[in-house]
Amino acid sequence: MPVATGVDLQLADLSNKLIYAAMAVYLIAMFAHIFEWTFGSKGAVAVRSAEQTTLAETVAAAKEPAKAVKKVTVTVAAAGGGTTTLTRTALADAGATVVTSGRGDGDSPQDVDGPGAAGSSEKGDLAGRIAISLTVLAALLHIGGVVTRGLSVSRWPWGNMYEFSCAFALTTVLAYLALLVAKKNVRWLGLPVTVAVVLTLGLAVSVLYTASEQLVPALHSYWLAIHVSAAIMCGGAFYAGFAATVLYLGKDSYDRRIAAGLTSGPLGTSASIWQRLPAASSLDKLSYRINALVFPLWTFTIIAGAIWAEAAWGKYWEWDPKETWSFITWVIYACYLHARATAGWKGRKAAYLALLAFACFLFNYYGVNIFVTGKHSYAGVG
Amino acid sequence: MSDTSTRPPEGDELTAERLSSAPVEQDSPAGIGVFGWLRWMWRQLTSMRVALILLFMLSLAAIPGSLIPQNSQNPFKVQNWKLAHSTVGPIYQKLQLFDVYSSVWFSAIYLLLFISLAGCIIPRTWQFVGVLRAQPPAAPANLTRMPVYAAWHTEAKPGAVNVAAHARLKRRGFRANISDGSVASEKGYLREVGNLLFHLSLFALLAGFGWASLASGQGGKLVIEGQGYANTMTQLDDFTGSAFYGSEDLDPFGFKLDGFTAQYQTTGDQIGSAREFTAHIRYWTGDDSTRLTKGDIQVNHPLEIGGSKVFLIGHGYAPVVTVKNAKGEKVYSGPTPFLPQDANLTSVGVVKVSDYGQKDGQRTQLGFRGFFLPTQPLDFTKTGPISLFPGPADPALVLTAYAGDLGTDSGLPQNVYQLDDKHMTQLQQDGQIARIKLKPGQGWTLPNGYGTVTFDGYQQWASFTVSHRPGNAVALAGAVCAILGLVGSLNVKRRRIWVRASATPDGRTLVEVAGLARSESVKIAEELAELAVDLQDDAPATEDQVTGETDEQPESAAERPVPTDPNSEE
Repeated sequence: MPVATGVDLQLADLSNKLIYAAMAVYLIAMFAHIFEWTFGSKGAVAVRSAEQTTLAETVAAAKEPAKAVKKVTVTVAAAGGGTTTLTRTALADAGATVVTSGRGDGDSPQDVDGPGAAGSSEKGDLAGRIAISLTVLAALLHIGGVVTRGLSVSRWPWGNMYEFSCAFALTTVLAYLALLVAKKNVRWLGLPVTVAVVLTLGLAVSVLYTASEQLVPALHSYWLAIHVSAAIMCGGAFYAGFAATVLYLGKDSYDRRIAAGLTSGPLGTSASIWQRLPAASSLDKLSYRINALVFPLWTFTIIAGAIWAEAAWGKYWEWDPKETWSFITWVIYACYLHARATAGWKGRKAAYLALLAFACFLFNYYGVNIFVTGKHSYAGVG
Repeated sequence: MSDTSTRPPEGDELTAERLSSAPVEQDSPAGIGVFGWLRWMWRQLTSMRVALILLFMLSLAAIPGSLIPQNSQNPFKVQNWKLAHSTVGPIYQKLQLFDVYSSVWFSAIYLLLFISLAGCIIPRTWQFVGVLRAQPPAAPANLTRMPVYAAWHTEAKPGAVNVAAHARLKRRGFRANISDGSVASEKGYLREVGNLLFHLSLFALLAGFGWASLASGQGGKLVIEGQGYANTMTQLDDFTGSAFYGSEDLDPFGFKLDGFTAQYQTTGDQIGSAREFTAHIRYWTGDDSTRLTKGDIQVNHPLEIGGSKVFLIGHGYAPVVTVKNAKGEKVYSGPTPFLPQDANLTSVGVVKVSDYGQKDGQRTQLGFRGFFLPTQPLDFTKTGPISLFPGPADPALVLTAYAGDLGTDSGLPQNVYQLDDKHMTQLQQDGQIARIKLKPGQGWTLPNGYGTVTFDGYQQWASFTVSHRPGNAVALAGAVCAILGLVGSLNVKRRRIWVRASATPDGRTLVEVAGLARSESVKIAEELAELAVDLQDDAPATEDQVTGETDEQPESAAERPVPTDPNSEE
């Protein structure tokens, strides 16, 4: 009787410990973000202070050099009928080198991004910075956990739902950190990201946990690396798109309530939360950009799955429940992208479609794996 | 996140819309009579709104197929489901809920969707060809109405500024054209190319699907180790063909199963999980069955032989038994495949001895029902005959015997895995059902002098699917083009930039640059600013401009004084 071995138990154990440690640190980071939001609500919300500073600096910088300054102010028509301007300055004869750029604001405060979770509170800002440092630490532990899990069995560590969930949570965090590194204004995403990661990991270690083992023959394929990695990346990014969509809907409701003369946010939330968030139009744009960026990748995931299915089962498409729900998810995201371009469907209606699409994605992951039997039954969930 | 808002105001929406060649939608029937209505219906069908509704319906219609068992996947499950739900079963049957993806209503939705798509995409393609052959649309008379706008005065001559702007736009990859004292330019045509490519490749996907469903065939075959198979109708266990691939079209080839390797996890909480399955075969193609080539077939690694692909689908055990009749004549000998029932390969099967001969002067046949357990438990009085592990660690065969008429001579086809005991009697011993558990090499003397059964050992079998499916390449090409098209259509931004340099009454030149982009995530303002900064090398701004513009920022587009119209001056 040949014995299937190749599980390094020490590494597998280390992986589990690292994942638990990462979870604990994410949890603390989450609390730090909560402190950030709490402190931030006490400080006065200084809208658009940041932008104005930049603009002032720009003008100052532009006036300093003795050389001739090239300066262009572009008037940009805004959604509300107002305008904003974009100023760009460069030194003459310095080629196309842009020295500084800034942005001034017109008369529609709705289009102005809020200052972020910390508001103008220094304590809040400190809490936010601590939260980000902790998130980085947790991400390192998390990477260690995923890598040791893979090393313990010498394969890609996404053969069952536990491993998949860990990888999915990691991509979410890494995508968020990558945006921060790219100097994008996404610190306000910190709380939703840490909450999602703690929930996903919690579910993974409690309900979905499977000991580190080799794979069933059905998963012996290099398509595992391609198809499943793509699916994991889609999951992380779709989540970010979802968070932005929810916040867009909230901020949009808040704007409407303010326009109607009310002073609080929707569902009895405090106005200061919404004031600190980016403008509804920015959130809307962000969620569109993420979803539009991920949609081709999701298409690729499905097609890679179909190619694998052709090799494994003889037919590239058999309407297996997983295939069906991937298709449904794809069609609804397609609906969303079309709706964005169709008069009468823009804005909130399209946003609801994006939420529905993400719900389908989640059902495809948890629902189909656990409640529906099909050929993708690799969950390892008893 | 972008730090500029580039969304055009509502009034300019229509102008912006013209950046795409999307059809303009109409809400009510135009004209009267049947043709008017038909035309209206056609416009409705090809409108984006109806396409959206159809897309949504398609996703809704796909749901039941994932929750209700489907004939195309598991007909047995469908039958069991119907038995368990006798009231709604017939209704579901009528509604084609067991064949969702080939049902009339599902087909209707996707066919309508494809017609709608064709009605939208074909005119758009022609229109786009026209756009490509024409020059970028000329600058609007009033550039201040455009979503992004910048202007400055310069001492440079209008003609020279226009020429410089033209050159700079070309360098930035714009298609540009000077006419009427202004430069018109456009960039990002790949967006529409991608859009059209994506939608057209959906038709390629559909064609691939269609071809496959019209000209593919699939057969199943169970082969015991050491036995061979030739790809003909008589040797296949089952076959489903299609309009253009019937039983006479089977690709000529065959193979012999030399051995089968299975490995299982032996420790941990996933004990018994399969780790490797490999079928070792030698195959031939064409007429020459003596030129054999070695090959392995694994899960995920089918073998392509002579136009067909052979997939490893399942495996199990075939106990080898020898049956001797009362006279001691060998009446049955060989491996009989048993079908696995669970993950540990507890297998059930029947042995039919049709040539038993005579017993007590009467023609008699024997039948055995049995369990094969690759790893038997120490004692199964409580659990019943179940296997503990899928590997053959301690194999056992459990048999009960029947005598009488198997019914094989009636001419009706029989399931080889089931025993029809209507005309048979179960053999008894001491007033109880005669039952035996055998280890390899052990024998059983049947009660009432029916002879002996010996359990000689076991062999493994593997089941294969032989599949001929054309159209995969078309579908794959369609899929790849679809992704490329999507990437282009979602990431390339189509935008127009106009530059107009015109003489002002005070002898200077007014340079206006304006931009229009359809997609909201485009950074047209930055792009325009960069172009303008560059252009100031050729057309330096006069001093007053720098301070002047900074002060008048908050003015809205509508209120801003319209600069002198160059057309009226000329």
